[in-house]
Amino acid sequence: MRTPIYGLMAEFDSPTALAAAARQVRAKGYRKVEAYSPFAIEEVNEALGLHSNKLPLIVLCGGILGGLTGYLMQYYVAVIDFPLNIGGRPLHSWPSFIIITFELTILFAALSTVLGLFGLCGLPMPYHPVFNVSRFAFASRDRFFICIEANDPLFDRHDTAEFLQTLAPREVSEVAH
Amino acid sequence: MSDNRQTTTTPPARHQIIAPGHTFATVSDKISSIVLTRRTPLYWFIPFLIASGLVMVFLVAVAALLVRGVGLWGIKVPVMWGWAITNFVWWIGIGHAGTLISAILLLLRQSWRNSINRFAEAMTLFAVACAGMFPLLHLGRPWLFYWLFPYPNTMGVQPQFRSPLVWDVFAVSTYATVSALFWYVGLIPDLATLRDRARFRAARILYGILAMGWRGAASHWQKYETASLLLAGLATPLVLSVHTVVSFDFTVAIVPGWHSTIFPPYFVAGAIYSGFAMVLVLAIPLRAMYGLEDLITSRHLDNMAKVMLATGQIVAYSYVFEAFIAWYSGNQYEMFAIWNRMTGPYAPTYWALIFCNLLFPQILWLKKIRTSTVWLFVVALDVLTGMWLERYVIVVVSLHRDFLPSSWGIFYPTIWDVATYVGTIGLFFFLFFLFIRSLPMISIFEVRTLLPQAEVAEADK
Repeated sequence: MRTPIYGLMAEFDSPTALAAAARQVRAKGYRKVEAYSPFAIEEVNEALGLHSNKLPLIVLCGGILGGLTGYLMQYYVAVIDFPLNIGGRPLHSWPSFIIITFELTILFAALSTVLGLFGLCGLPMPYHPVFNVSRFAFASRDRFFICIEANDPLFDRHDTAEFLQTLAPREVSEVAH
Repeated sequence: MSDNRQTTTTPPARHQIIAPGHTFATVSDKISSIVLTRRTPLYWFIPFLIASGLVMVFLVAVAALLVRGVGLWGIKVPVMWGWAITNFVWWIGIGHAGTLISAILLLLRQSWRNSINRFAEAMTLFAVACAGMFPLLHLGRPWLFYWLFPYPNTMGVQPQFRSPLVWDVFAVSTYATVSALFWYVGLIPDLATLRDRARFRAARILYGILAMGWRGAASHWQKYETASLLLAGLATPLVLSVHTVVSFDFTVAIVPGWHSTIFPPYFVAGAIYSGFAMVLVLAIPLRAMYGLEDLITSRHLDNMAKVMLATGQIVAYSYVFEAFIAWYSGNQYEMFAIWNRMTGPYAPTYWALIFCNLLFPQILWLKKIRTSTVWLFVVALDVLTGMWLERYVIVVVSLHRDFLPSSWGIFYPTIWDVATYVGTIGLFFFLFFLFIRSLPMISIFEVRTLLPQAEVAEADK
């Protein structure tokens, strides 16, 4: 028996070819599919059915947490921990707390955007099988790849390779684990 | 908005942004070769050596300051802020252009920004680093800077959150952090390009670690685009807030010439003004040195000049209104403060400022000037000078004569003021030249999207 592989990868020349291939791969019924390109291509996301992501929700939570942290920190310091009586002015002087509340809202939201992005993308990822394809180095330059993964229920090492050949790629290669 | 989209997506407009004939491969190779394959040119070494020399000057100035104390500078009652805060406000203002270009112009779909945002963001980071030096050193005992943050301590004291100086600490440190995050996230796809193109194992490993395993997967790109938009949306109010908060350092005080509601918008406009001037000062020699005229085209320079002109008009309006309101208020201290600026011992700095910021940049109305690199460079240097003078006038001239003539004084900078200031200019260029040597100074993946072939052809749908 041959060693198991990660999937089959086809290489294309242009974003148009990649988008067309992605549509056909989806139409054929494959679901464990990933496209690789040197820049974001909206049509490919549509073809692969990538619609929603959780990032905005993470950022919203981060922002709210930051705002609460900022305000409560200032309230705690100015009213409870270190009250300063200056001419009898109110300790809970909320207008002067707004700026730091705002800054910490932005800070926490920005940090959760970046950490959320890394978390959702699984970065940093020291090893990934797609890099075993030597031509994959061009995915960050001028080539466009589509990979059907071996754990897709419809995947067949021979038939899937033949199907990918019908999409007029430059090359179809096996991705070793 | 629909008009905007028209101008940024039709092919003729694209050709103006990037010279025709480029492909994904040529763009990637051209920008990455500056870092990876081309020999480091002499015109990189010479400015880098000069900047390194100035960093030495800076280190000596800081060492002397730490040994002798802040009395080494010319600051004394009543002008306790002197050059330190002047330089702080100047540098932090310059630091505004990067985030403005990367965040606000991204949200406004100004795709021409794609070839200038990377080095403008780097410039922002380095300018903020230089800015941060001054309040830190001005503390006198900079190693105790963490006293500015609330933390449980045995002294039993806490920061005063009603003070703009504490707001400033949070605003500037948030700005530095968010700018760095934005910059790094924007670098990740390009770091992957460098990783895949590097010839030496050490470079591959280094860029590989920094790229964190980015592989350009569609599902990643989709989240990445969302993250860029969200960061831009967060950075937009942030960039406008930073100089607003810096201006509160002045306006919340009751010193005549400071206590004015026009300061926040006026400071923000001035910051963008000087920031774009610095971007031009860097972009014009860079594109000539590295032959990047096809990526940073004359249209970019023209657009930046227009932004400078627009913000310059806001600044000019503020100068006029500052004087008008001082007169209209009928407040004798306010009137004296403005009169003292115009005719007092520092009158030459005020009139130099009016010339540099208000009169001379008006030549930008001429298209001929906006498309001439030499003239643009001259105007940009003039604006940088003018904006430094503006901060000098605001800080020193307002402080030196306030309410009581018995507390008046004259400020003289010392050689150490000059050494520290020139030193930070050296530090700025030192960091900037390291950046253009080791990282792609133009965002490769964003420039790819500007090419006509990046569009998915309609026929295939």
